[in-house]
Amino acid sequence: MSELLNKTAAQLAELIATGEVAAVEVTRAHLERITESDGAVHAFLHVDFEGALEAAKAVDERRASGALLGPLEGVPLAMKDVVVTKGLPTTAGSKMLEGWKPPYDARITTRIKDAGIVMLGKTNMDEFAMGSSTENSAYGPTHNPWDLTRIPGGSSGGSSAAVAAYQAPLAIGTDTGGSIRQPAAVTGIVGHKPTYGGVSRYGLIAFSSSLDQAGPFGRTVLDTALLHEAIAGYDPADSTSINAPVPPVVQAAREGAASGSLAGVRVGVVTELRGDGYQPGVLASFESAVETLRALGAEIVEVSCPNFDYALAAYYLIAPSECSSNLARFDSVRYGLRVGDDGVNSLEDVMSLTRAAGFGAEVKRRIIIGTYALSSGYYDAYYGQAQKVRTLISRDFAAAFEKADVLISPSTPVVAFGIGEVVDPITMYRNDLCTLPASLAGTPAISVPCGLSEGLPVGLQIMAPALADDRCYRVAAAFESVVGPLLTGVQELSS
Amino acid sequence: MPTTPYVDSGVVSDASASATSGTEPRTDEPTERTDQQGNRISRADVAHLARLARLAVSDDELDMFAGQLDVILGAVARVADVAADDSVPPTSHAVPMTNVYRADEVRPSLPRDAVLAGAPAVEDDKFRVPRILTEGE
Repeated sequence: MSELLNKTAAQLAELIATGEVAAVEVTRAHLERITESDGAVHAFLHVDFEGALEAAKAVDERRASGALLGPLEGVPLAMKDVVVTKGLPTTAGSKMLEGWKPPYDARITTRIKDAGIVMLGKTNMDEFAMGSSTENSAYGPTHNPWDLTRIPGGSSGGSSAAVAAYQAPLAIGTDTGGSIRQPAAVTGIVGHKPTYGGVSRYGLIAFSSSLDQAGPFGRTVLDTALLHEAIAGYDPADSTSINAPVPPVVQAAREGAASGSLAGVRVGVVTELRGDGYQPGVLASFESAVETLRALGAEIVEVSCPNFDYALAAYYLIAPSECSSNLARFDSVRYGLRVGDDGVNSLEDVMSLTRAAGFGAEVKRRIIIGTYALSSGYYDAYYGQAQKVRTLISRDFAAAFEKADVLISPSTPVVAFGIGEVVDPITMYRNDLCTLPASLAGTPAISVPCGLSEGLPVGLQIMAPALADDRCYRVAAAFESVVGPLLTGVQELSS
Repeated sequence: MPTTPYVDSGVVSDASASATSGTEPRTDEPTERTDQQGNRISRADVAHLARLARLAVSDDELDMFAGQLDVILGAVARVADVAADDSVPPTSHAVPMTNVYRADEVRPSLPRDAVLAGAPAVEDDKFRVPRILTEGE
């Protein structure tokens, strides 16, 4: 069984396409792995045993009928529970949506089904994608497969843990301030946040609409690129979707790996994204990654982006503001929880009681902060100013990309911390330090494993200009071709 | 419909307006608005904001949030340190787009039963809501 689990998504697709292995067999192996390991990991909120096997069977039937299979057809995938799936429970990690079954599919869901990718189930996450540890899930935390006492990152921690625990070779996450890259980094896998607008947001339960972006997880750069290509592209149902060709990410991943060279590529090291607040082990691993890139032929330049220092402050105004607006839809009328409807309480009372019971502490904190930041008298000083900072951060990027083709930094300032270890909100928010600038600028960024610190994974973040996602993959693939993926086989789960 | 006409005495955002359905009778101002430096947030402020956001909060939560929000606001107030004068335009979206319209075409909508299936309460093929009017309205 573990023979199948240890294959990459690309390898599995080929085995299935050539008929060497049945898609049903591949899916069954992963469902068994979930059954045996998820008691310890808790990556999944819902496993769709029946639906997954049916989807796999359909792939086998297509092949038997002589159809040419697609690049990921029959490969299993774990879906973050913030993406709506018709008829399958979708909670976004919240009690507010417990038991809700969406009446429609998100565009990503449709694309995944159309590509013949087999959805195994829905993964745990910080409630409404607010958090960096998956501890904010209303359904209990997910455990990092590298050390079960530690967090798998967040908010897409169920997805990252599922891939790192070999429960699925692929997963979908969403990234608002780092929620794909940070979990990828701390679980030793690859995760990419596409250019904002590159992947449709139709059917994503919204947190911060101007920042939310869905993207792929895999254990290798190529697998991640293959999933990226499957889900990306223009969608008229999302008014912020970019009507442009999908960047050639798969080709870039293949070329980067094949050439094993970065000759002529200018790599900018961002001065502001290291130093104070970064663990020495993380910095050491990062420095060694810089040397690897240099050895690959890249020209290393130092670039300064002074306004990145304000990214954290701007983000924690913009995201809560948009969240306070978006989460107003949970009003106990059309879907989800309703509390206190006793025939006496008014609609307003019922709404307030429902939202008090349905939302967790972090969501409430952000709703209140957002409501505050959008208030008259504070709007200009907070939200308006944060939006200006966003402009300045984009200008820093533009100037830096004059000097460099890609920018790099550690993906996170610290390795996976212990579950329950960080209680202070600000300390928690600092996990996003490296990932926030690309979120605010809407530019693409990938996290690729670059080593271990005290036995725990460290990620290298590679950032590119908007719509140049392929650069992230090219550099990441060349890097991976030298250092290798961090995970090379099912690991024993332990604390 | 509201017992007291909604007077927007403090909150201007669409976001908050949509959150409150425009029915918030503003009977009191927070007892302690933040000072000019902008970082203090009192228990009464939290209670006021929570009411605007339709969040019932317990006394314990008021204590906890007031302390935490004060610290968070202190941290995010750093945005004021950036020299961003009026020549710096705000960015609301990373990729500038304007006037994105869809084609004006008739398309099927979701079946009514499928939508109502997810609702907390349904009556006569409609969403059933708690009372929104008081006696005599």
